[in-house]
Amino acid sequence: MGGVPRFWRSIDNRYRLVGTRCENCGEVYFPPRVVCPKCRREGEMKEVELSGRGEIYTYSVVRVPPEGFEEKAPYVVAIVKLEEGPLVTGMIVDCDPGEIDIGTPVEATFRRVSEDGEDGVIYYSLEFRPVRREE
Amino acid sequence: MNRDVAIVGVGMTRFGELWDKSFDDLFVEAGLEALEDAGMSGDEIEAMYVGNMSAGRFIDQEHVASLIADRSGLTPIPCTRVEAACASGGLAVRQAILAVASGMYDVVLAGGVEKMTDVTTEEATATLATAADQEWEAFHGVTFPALYAMIARRHMHEYGTTREHLALPPVKNHRNATKNPKAQFRFEITVEQVIESPLVADPLRLLDCSPVSDGAAAVIVCPLEMAREFTDTPIVVRATAQASDSLALHDREDITTLRATVEAARSAYRQAGIEPEDVDVAEVHDCFSIAELVAVEDLGFVEKGESGEAYHEGMFEIDSDHVAVNPSGGLKAKGHPVGASGVAQVVEIVEQLRGEAGKRQVDGAEIGLTHNVGGSGGTVVVHIFERGD
Repeated sequence: MGGVPRFWRSIDNRYRLVGTRCENCGEVYFPPRVVCPKCRREGEMKEVELSGRGEIYTYSVVRVPPEGFEEKAPYVVAIVKLEEGPLVTGMIVDCDPGEIDIGTPVEATFRRVSEDGEDGVIYYSLEFRPVRREE
Repeated sequence: MNRDVAIVGVGMTRFGELWDKSFDDLFVEAGLEALEDAGMSGDEIEAMYVGNMSAGRFIDQEHVASLIADRSGLTPIPCTRVEAACASGGLAVRQAILAVASGMYDVVLAGGVEKMTDVTTEEATATLATAADQEWEAFHGVTFPALYAMIARRHMHEYGTTREHLALPPVKNHRNATKNPKAQFRFEITVEQVIESPLVADPLRLLDCSPVSDGAAAVIVCPLEMAREFTDTPIVVRATAQASDSLALHDREDITTLRATVEAARSAYRQAGIEPEDVDVAEVHDCFSIAELVAVEDLGFVEKGESGEAYHEGMFEIDSDHVAVNPSGGLKAKGHPVGASGVAQVVEIVEQLRGEAGKRQVDGAEIGLTHNVGGSGGTVVVHIFERGD
């Protein structure tokens, strides 16, 4: 997945869900964008930290995993609609695939995602888990 | 277009796991067949455009434009590689058409080639996943089938599309492929077999997915006014259209539709001055079962959300009164050597419009359409063709 500098550049986004908001139109983007697609040169992007709360927009269960994810399979991946607006792709952890559905509320949680072999980078990121009601 | 363009020669290899054939062998075979079809020696070709997704990862070779010009015996003419993931082939055809339409060249060859089986299936899958957003999709363990699975899940949620509906395009395409001597899978499958095949990414199963394939295809284009020097049945390019969308699925307002398909199709229909119902035969991008369901909706062949029932009624069969979809067997059953697929779609439509498609001939086909998708819809190329006589 590209080595140390590439991962290091995105640490704020992956560890704290730092996205961008266009000061001109108010639209929030995650992953962050340099240019607002709606306002382009009129726009002005500011960093914004997102809550990590949202609900599942769509999902799948990966049965045939890519390299680095073998031990996790089968695992749930989803597009989550964050309460600030943007949709974001992530893994849904701490759940059985059967308890996941479109509309399931989720919150961000910090996880070890994958690694580049035995000597490579270990990748961490915020992923998502279902929000459990208080017992 | 500045001047009308026609296709005067087509060729393609068999698609499949072609262990005995190299990248070069495949391209040269398809190119020679196209030259023979057009009655050309090769001296006529002024430029080449080659669709290829990832020779760098599949055969550890970049700079394949030079390689292809060299092995084809066509140096020093200019050869340009075109890349847009699985839409590379369609895009190469479009570059050739634009080059002729502009008046820059008269006779141009557009080819597409992919050699996918020199690496393991795992490596091939990882390479295909580079068509997705590496930093914000693949990073989280999302595979390419999982992206289309998430489209399928949402389509089922919004429109009531069922698991059985998903199985219908692959079943049709396998049946069509039994009539195509160049197809990878020339056998029929049943709905039950699709539904019981191993899960890849829920709800998609193995038989919802197109295969890993080797293959190449080529077409030769020239100005319509020159076409009869090379063929009695020129096929006229009525429209060439292309559109882009976000690389990542999550950046789209509605993931049950490929906006780039809608936009490219709208432009293509306008250029050709036709409506979707005027199309007799279409080759659409069915890299997964759900992709074909979404494609027939986005191309305007049925209303949004109604594709499942339309397949249930057999609306897209070769002998239907409606448009025949993927008579070749599509990517699912003809095979999907990614860089070649978009060119092979054009080869099929040309054969259909000439009336040379044998047992899979769509009766009286006069207008044909091709629809080639890169990634999860980040690039879409649509062409419309018509018989020239």
